[in-house]
Amino acid sequence: MRPETETELAEMIAAAQGPLAIRGGGTRTIGQKVAGEVLSLAGLSGISLYEPGALTLVVKAGTPLADVEAALAAEGQRLPFEPMDHRALLGTEGIPTIGGVVAANVSGPRRVQAGACRDSLIGVRFVDGMGTILKNGGRVMKNVTGYDLVKLLAGSFSTLGVLSEVSFKVLPIPDATKTVRAYGLDDVTAVRAMSAALGSPFEVNGAVHHIDRQGGKSVTMLRVEGFTDSVAYRADALCKLLGGNGDWQVADADWLWARDVQPFVGAPGDVWRLSIKPSDAPGLVARVAPLDALYDWGGGLVWLRVAEGTDLRAALGAFSGHATLIRASDETKARLGVFHPEPAPLQNIANGLRGKFDPRGILNPGLMG
Amino acid sequence: MQMPDPDASILARKGHIVARLQEVLPKGAVISDISETRAYECDALTAYRCPPLAAVLPTSTQDVSAVLRICHEEGVPVVPRGAGTSLAGGALPTADSVILGVARMNAVLETDYDNRFIRVQTGRTNLSVTGAVEENGFFYAPDPSSQLACAIAGNIAMNSGGAHCLKYGVTTNNLLGATVVLMDGTVVEMGGAHLDAAGLDLLGVICGSEGQLSVVTEATLRILPKPEGARPVLMGFDSNEVAGACVSDIIKAGVLPVAIEFMDRPCIEACEAFAHAGYPMCEALLIVEVEGSPAEIDEQLGLILQIARQHNPVELRESQSEDESARIWLGRKSAFGAMGQINDYMCLDGTIPVTALPMVLRRIGELSKSYGLDVANVFHAGDGNMHPLILFDANKPGDLELCEALGADILRLCVEVGGCLTGEHGVGIEKRDLMVDQFDPADMEAQMAVKDVFDPQWLLNPAKVFPLASSQSRRVARLAAE
Repeated sequence: MRPETETELAEMIAAAQGPLAIRGGGTRTIGQKVAGEVLSLAGLSGISLYEPGALTLVVKAGTPLADVEAALAAEGQRLPFEPMDHRALLGTEGIPTIGGVVAANVSGPRRVQAGACRDSLIGVRFVDGMGTILKNGGRVMKNVTGYDLVKLLAGSFSTLGVLSEVSFKVLPIPDATKTVRAYGLDDVTAVRAMSAALGSPFEVNGAVHHIDRQGGKSVTMLRVEGFTDSVAYRADALCKLLGGNGDWQVADADWLWARDVQPFVGAPGDVWRLSIKPSDAPGLVARVAPLDALYDWGGGLVWLRVAEGTDLRAALGAFSGHATLIRASDETKARLGVFHPEPAPLQNIANGLRGKFDPRGILNPGLMG
Repeated sequence: MQMPDPDASILARKGHIVARLQEVLPKGAVISDISETRAYECDALTAYRCPPLAAVLPTSTQDVSAVLRICHEEGVPVVPRGAGTSLAGGALPTADSVILGVARMNAVLETDYDNRFIRVQTGRTNLSVTGAVEENGFFYAPDPSSQLACAIAGNIAMNSGGAHCLKYGVTTNNLLGATVVLMDGTVVEMGGAHLDAAGLDLLGVICGSEGQLSVVTEATLRILPKPEGARPVLMGFDSNEVAGACVSDIIKAGVLPVAIEFMDRPCIEACEAFAHAGYPMCEALLIVEVEGSPAEIDEQLGLILQIARQHNPVELRESQSEDESARIWLGRKSAFGAMGQINDYMCLDGTIPVTALPMVLRRIGELSKSYGLDVANVFHAGDGNMHPLILFDANKPGDLELCEALGADILRLCVEVGGCLTGEHGVGIEKRDLMVDQFDPADMEAQMAVKDVFDPQWLLNPAKVFPLASSQSRRVARLAAE
């Protein structure tokens, strides 16, 4: 099924007789495999409204992410949350859509300062499991009218409703970007340095660290963006601030490798994503001895590559935060669960909400477990 | 504003209910004498008052859980209350409800500078959260005007903003985790010091739910390093249109000020008469503030001034000292006090697309004339959050109703141009009946379905947010079940 309008989308869902596998570009194969008829959003494409002077963008859910980014770039603006491209990591093909980004609440390194996708999302239109067209939020960036279903829909993987249109607060692209980089730091020192940087007034909006587990060489990077002179000043100030923790140099560096977790691409094993308190990160990584680890968000996000079938949650033991299984065989996903198990009261609420929004259980059933 | 009739069976059981609450709470934490419950009869929307059945002042999450369990068993509505500063009537009791005030729960539970968070009990005031971390160079970003008095609990309930949210976001963008108590007394942890939800973003829907889904007793809040400095610039213009265009151009140029405040002539005149801040007499005034090191501030302000000059300002005043900065802010910060001096006033909170600013100001002017009530405009221009202040005389029969009618027309105008009824104050009872102007019945039904899941008996903060006609079937179902 491939609706061309929101009305058609609603009619198709209302008429559906069985489970639907909701598809944006099909590039983010996160979650349990869904057995159902494919419902593609690719036909719902196009920018509905873009007001650069108000920093707001309204776009249909099936619009290719690249089109959105190009339209913003033409006005010197961008999505603040730097959504990653999952294709290389997951070995998928296809065209990432903006709706898919929202459904999976996808963010990149800038999330640590600029917030996640859900923080920039200011409005949604969607169709629930009965085929009712609904809206929440709007196109203004301050809005507390009624309950915030916008946040609820972000990261709900189309299990509560199928997004037809999404609105964002966007931001200007800064004049300049600089990276402050150090080589050879161990995990503990790197996290300490990243925390110091993120706790400084120098507006660091990226903080990543990676050790090549074969070669043993490590790189730790911080990013500052803004007006040219300001960036130079802050990059220099960071080098001074962190002087006690390694040899920090100002550089021009690529960040795509970190955003898209490129060190893991093509390498064997399962991929997990840990969301934790940064200072807990080195200890937790040491506990599971992974094949590879990439620290993002100053250590608040750790990507782990482990041997296929590893029960990472069992290996971690008790910790505060959550572990999501991003890449694994269907069998491993089914056995271990993709999303971190939640306490019973939260699970009950989540089930209750799905029961209300999708009483027939036809929207990506079972995807979130 | 109509409220449902109190449940006579609850009123009749007052003694029993109070006795049960006294069993689980320390002495002095249950208030039931009418001479004392009167202190909780309203919040900052003082036009509406109703003493509650009783008020409880717990000191821990366990206390809150015990109270909710009893009220759940007894079928008694509960109205959560932070500091009672809501301008929307968010904490207005009904006669058959128990006020659950978290004011005594104000402890700092944990501060962690390495991981940049603070965990507090939610009765703590907004400003004192910053107070707890500022010696170490940090602050809590959301800064509602009432920040000296308002509690984090209320900030979470209303998803409060402030003058600086263009850069730092509102409460939901700074709330990492919470301990919440469901209506049946179940204590649940949501989020924590880590980022993003493991499954559905339930914390995201709790924030801004106006105390209708759960009672939030503890919160993990993101704290940020304080900028090296901040400096405002003041600009005066001959027309609202020009000032509005200037705002748009600043934003388009890639500068992201922390605040862009806008005042129109009635507001400038009132503030000047009250605070003597030395404001120029003109049609529109902007205060734009930027942050950073002195050199960074110079760079940003240089660009902003260059843009402003293209709009032929009648005044450009760049602060050269702490003292001058304070004077620039003085008038703006005393805007509400200045209005209060002149008259009674009602403060609206609609948000509009920034591009619609000049048109909306013109239409507000026309509405003001046709109603015969003065309106002064002061607002956060960067994000389109307007605070029109309608002046009226509470002692004059019919004036409040006239003022409410004008307010409703202005808010409908906000919705009409693509905005919303409330940007940071919440719906409460004040805008409850206007929800139909923003949402279709199905949209409201979807929101009410969320409440059905969290609070199936509809006991938490009754008769708020949704028009009574829309929530009627649910409220009737509760009464029938008793």
